[in-house]
Amino acid sequence: MTALTARAPSRFLPVIATFVVFVATFGVGSLRYEGFATGQVVANLFIDNAFLIVLAVGMTFVILTGGIDLSVGSVVALSTMIAAAALRAGWPAWLVVPAVLATGSALGLLMGVVIHRFQVQPFIVTLAGMFLARGLCFVISVESVSIKDPTFRALATGTLELPGGVTITHTVVIALVAVAVAAYVLHLTRFGRTVYAVGGSESSARLMGLRTGRVKVGVYVISGFCSALAGLLFSLYMLSGYGLHAVGMELDAIAAVVVGGSLLSGGVGFVVGSVAGVLVLGTIQTLISFQGTLSSWWTKIVIGVLLLAFIVLQRLIVRRS
Amino acid sequence: MTEPVVDIRGISVEFPGVKALQEVDFRLFPGEVHALMGENGAGKSTLIKALTGVHRPVAGEVLLGGERVAFAGPAQAQDAGISTVYQEVALCANLTVAENILLGREPRRFGAINGRAMRARAAELLARIGLRVDPRSTLASHPIAIRQLVAIARAVAIDARVLVLDEPTSSLDADEVAELFRIVRVLRDEGVAVLFVSHFLDQVYEIADRMTVLRNGRVVGEWTTAELGRLELVQAMLGRELGVLDELEHRPDKGRAGEPLLVAEQLGRKGAIAPFDLTIRRGEVVGLAGLLGSGRTELARLLYGADKADTGRVLVDGEPLKLRGPRAAIEAGIAFSSEDRKGEGLVADLSVRDNLILAMQAARGWARPVPRKQADELVAKYLKMLDIRPADPDALAGNLSGGNQQKLLLARWLVTRPRLLVLDEPTRGIDVGAKAQIQKLVAELAADGMAVLFISAELEEVVRVSDRVVVLRDRRVVAELSGVDLGVDDVVELIAATPGAEPEKVAS
Repeated sequence: MTALTARAPSRFLPVIATFVVFVATFGVGSLRYEGFATGQVVANLFIDNAFLIVLAVGMTFVILTGGIDLSVGSVVALSTMIAAAALRAGWPAWLVVPAVLATGSALGLLMGVVIHRFQVQPFIVTLAGMFLARGLCFVISVESVSIKDPTFRALATGTLELPGGVTITHTVVIALVAVAVAAYVLHLTRFGRTVYAVGGSESSARLMGLRTGRVKVGVYVISGFCSALAGLLFSLYMLSGYGLHAVGMELDAIAAVVVGGSLLSGGVGFVVGSVAGVLVLGTIQTLISFQGTLSSWWTKIVIGVLLLAFIVLQRLIVRRS
Repeated sequence: MTEPVVDIRGISVEFPGVKALQEVDFRLFPGEVHALMGENGAGKSTLIKALTGVHRPVAGEVLLGGERVAFAGPAQAQDAGISTVYQEVALCANLTVAENILLGREPRRFGAINGRAMRARAAELLARIGLRVDPRSTLASHPIAIRQLVAIARAVAIDARVLVLDEPTSSLDADEVAELFRIVRVLRDEGVAVLFVSHFLDQVYEIADRMTVLRNGRVVGEWTTAELGRLELVQAMLGRELGVLDELEHRPDKGRAGEPLLVAEQLGRKGAIAPFDLTIRRGEVVGLAGLLGSGRTELARLLYGADKADTGRVLVDGEPLKLRGPRAAIEAGIAFSSEDRKGEGLVADLSVRDNLILAMQAARGWARPVPRKQADELVAKYLKMLDIRPADPDALAGNLSGGNQQKLLLARWLVTRPRLLVLDEPTRGIDVGAKAQIQKLVAELAADGMAVLFISAELEEVVRVSDRVVVLRDRRVVAELSGVDLGVDDVVELIAATPGAEPEKVAS
């Protein structure tokens, strides 16, 4: 660690720490359980968490500006519901996908505009958005709606073979493309750098003549879009739409982003870190399922401890610099 | 003479109920450093904001390079070549130096930011102002002074014709100021017009070629630095509002004071105020005089424990007092009435009664509530004594006028019966009647044996109420004046004096 920290600037430290934790938890698993350290276990981490990765990507944008988006879990549920209901009504898949993505983005736009125009705390606005989206699910149907559309079924069950006999689903590819696009936008476009600037100091960014309003609204649109995309991936994973899907998933996304080294106060963090955060959470879940005797609630306990540890680590880094 | 690059003609800016600027003319020539001078509230910031498009003038016009302009905001002003460096560094500490310089104007290739070109351009700009820092380093890893200079690099990155420096030196030490001035001179020689605002007279005389003095939203005059001596400058800034409050006579017992209550020995804090000695006696009013930024408030905050001193110690009743924080000060009988009565003083959403007993409750601890009857009696007594209007204990503090809020804040401290009352700008922004009442009250409190440290920007007022006046200049105690024949002119001379003169004690 010391050799690494000596060379890497301190802003990379939390991300490095997350990867170290990921490697360590994975190492523990491969020592204790036979068949843990295989390519397919790693691939399954991505397959089972593709939607969470996409969600964490959107959440990273919002948290980088110092905001928060509590609506993402509900928007996932709403997206599964809209997709399932529209497919049942006979819409073609090529129309359902853009419709769902547009709905999620529009919800994000609405919340972003309210937050920016009326200077309301993001917490409250997105909390309202969370209730709204969750409620809308049950307007469509109170029952779970299964998806029988052949295109969706084919996408969900189809796999890609990687060298070494490891198979992944299409959802993994979509999630990784989302990560790549997000990293590009955040680091190589003016919009992305303004996201960091707003998180660092919003008043300074405004005085520098940057378009802070556009960015503050924009991150919620991105988060809304990502939630809708995650919802589509989730509907592929579950092959159903249901109003009680993804309850509390917004908190998993926030946890992944924080464990991934982003500061909740904004301005510091990387998309790659958030992906690592998701992988850490996923590895813990895998570990517990390999153990077999532990209740899945142990996942929550370990995540809680990890979250605390990371927040304290960040405090220490911030105080030292 | 060349044409002015900025020519402001007769502009007026109004806020609800306030005329912030009235028919102000202002010229700025290329290749000159022009100082804008004036006390707090004179309209300096308003003028800068009118120039950079933050405020819209109700009358008059702004000409830039001979053309009439009206900016909708700082971004437009920047595009037109007017860059502003603010007192508080307006940069993002979480980004790199290069990004801070070029944010919003990054060189791009195929739509993506070209990191290498950006760092090269930033290095070029840093070299132009002779600053040696790594463009890749995070801004947070540099001290404030370097950040200030990076802000200037950002300002010149847009090929600014006009550079506005709004109190850029207030948090810098002497070496850092020298570095800043070196850069300002480089830019001036390149033909940039620099508008410089500072409260430090020495700095103004060192760097400025010309100065404009504002007072109460009006222009007092424009001079070249060589033309206007320090004394005339201070007089122009402060003005002489004689006769307004002259009905308040000098106190008959002025000059009679008791035992020393508080003694500060070589108390000081780096960057705030140089070590000083100060003795405050029972029943004495000590005034603090000096220009804004001379260290008036900083001195008071040290005595109250709001800031921690680096050097020296405080004795109360001859015993050393450990000033760990405001609580320790309050226990020792020191009360501090802040100049920022909205931010640090009153709780606007609580009633007059609740605000009044707040400090008293704090002193008693939460376990012993103030009995309602006692509270009502106290409230009635102080509402009457200070003539707070409306005399309604249930009125919200936030709805009171400025003068009445100030009186309420005073009352709140008086309830705790302090032995030393520190009043920071107790009369700022309140009307003449309320001012006179507060001054009278200070005199009465001193007569009852309370010691008072009175801070005010208005010299007339300080001299009138104080037994002794401590004069501050450039964060340093420069003199202590006392005696019945203490006059405003003596204080003005001391404030305006050139540096180097040793602290002196003028006996009566």
